[in-house]
Amino acid sequence: MNARAIRAIYRFEMLRTRRTLLQSLVAPVISTSLYFVVFGTAIGSRIQEVEGVEYGAFIVPGLIMLTVLMQSVTNASFGIYFPKFIGTIYELLSAPVSYFEIVTGYVGAAATKSFVIGLVIYLTANFFVTLPVAHPVWMVGILALTCLSFSLLGFILGILARGFDGLQLVPMLIISPLVFLGGSFYSIEMLPPLWQKITLLNPVVYLVSGFRWSFFGEGDVGIGVSLLAILAFTLACLGVVWWIFRTGYRLRN
Amino acid sequence: MAAIVSVRDVRKVYESGFEALKGVSLDIERGEILALLGPNGAGKTTLISLICGIARLGEGAITVGGHDIVTAYREARSMIGLVPQEVNVEPFETVWNTVTFTRGLFGLPRDDAHVERVLRDLSLWDKRDAATRELSGGMKRRVLIAKALAHDPKVLFLDEPTAGVDVELRKGMWQIVRQLKAAGTTIILTTHYIEEAEAIADRVAVINEGRIVLVEDRDRLIHQMGRKELTVELKAPLAAVPEALSSYGLALSEDGRSLRYAYDRAAERTGIVSLLRDLSDAGLALRDLRTRESSLEDIFVDLVRKPA
Repeated sequence: MNARAIRAIYRFEMLRTRRTLLQSLVAPVISTSLYFVVFGTAIGSRIQEVEGVEYGAFIVPGLIMLTVLMQSVTNASFGIYFPKFIGTIYELLSAPVSYFEIVTGYVGAAATKSFVIGLVIYLTANFFVTLPVAHPVWMVGILALTCLSFSLLGFILGILARGFDGLQLVPMLIISPLVFLGGSFYSIEMLPPLWQKITLLNPVVYLVSGFRWSFFGEGDVGIGVSLLAILAFTLACLGVVWWIFRTGYRLRN
Repeated sequence: MAAIVSVRDVRKVYESGFEALKGVSLDIERGEILALLGPNGAGKTTLISLICGIARLGEGAITVGGHDIVTAYREARSMIGLVPQEVNVEPFETVWNTVTFTRGLFGLPRDDAHVERVLRDLSLWDKRDAATRELSGGMKRRVLIAKALAHDPKVLFLDEPTAGVDVELRKGMWQIVRQLKAAGTTIILTTHYIEEAEAIADRVAVINEGRIVLVEDRDRLIHQMGRKELTVELKAPLAAVPEALSSYGLALSEDGRSLRYAYDRAAERTGIVSLLRDLSDAGLALRDLRTRESSLEDIFVDLVRKPA
């Protein structure tokens, strides 16, 4: 295995992150603060408690997930799409690196960035609400796995995208609605029975639920189900990446 | 001498159905400079893309240093440096980081001394901390070369290295190529500047419409296929070529003051002596004689124009 190549890609991507560090971190912090002001204060004053948790705290896992999913997809898709767009992809294709090394480097760097952003939001949230973490190891683990799997998804989108518009499409039209409808800001139990069932088709429900469990020891679905769903999603993404590289789809002519 | 790059019966059909290569075989010898000549769309870049792993090999086999480029791609690609035709370079990163990135991709440990040497050789050392987007076109091209040299390749592909480059820079580029050859690097360059092939290549391969039309030692090529032309300037203008000289296929200039005679200098009898004798028998007084050797360009145009 060409470990140096992984390190080179990872380092090069992190250099890019560092160049744009301010906007990468400031934007999520500001938008999170806005959510707290709007959701926490305006709505929270009427709801007060969900599942025995203060509403302001209740929405934190969902808020972190919202930003982390968007950031993972955006970072990873941009990371691999940009070399394709400007043509420097030739370098990756002609280097003695395997697909595994390319994916590890790019996805690792994108996941690292969104993981850091997730932690920053967590710290920001502590300024607004008291936030217990019931299972810190699980919290970090679920966050890391989520960053990883959605960075994989982003990597796939970056390879498939034919233009910058395409890069924006999936986060805007798919991820964002799924997160909002995935119980980020409410408990599924608040929904009518039919919608409770339909909601279970939304993969983000399992992510948010598992993540919320790591904070409050309580989730919409069991933690085992959540973990299985996250793993299944990760494996599905890995499968697609494997297929893309095996066939060279939209990479090699 | 063993070939360092061996291409066997390679065919390449793109998804669009376009057949870019129609059965190409080519051996590139260790340490030589091979010029790959051909008009636009002849298949030069496709051939390089296949060898370097940028395009998928359809039919045929390619080895680099004896390593199959598909089954032993790591070993094969480790030996190759590629300078692409398009000046594609990460715009926001510094020259130094861009070049060290390539070295890392090739799995080599950090070696600041080597990278410094490469940058100095290419007159980029002063620009090492500049973002590449701030550089001129010629400098960007040199950054691409620096990247390709960052891992000490044994085989260097230069795809149109001097396209759109001014004369001075072109000469500088040739100098770099000669230095690399002296250091033992095998160099393959594509070009459609014949002048370039004549100036630096050891061998010339001509590719046209997806086929290798010819591979030949440059000097022998010019010598063998080189037509020479004798121009005879006359004291008095002629209205037409005299009947007695019709067998020579002479061409009369518009002003009637010179006759051109084409001959093959490698031929047993060039016909020059008898032509001169016949000219004097015909009573034509000569003022001057001139010969001109055809260049690679004439040969190339001849080859490519020939119907396949």
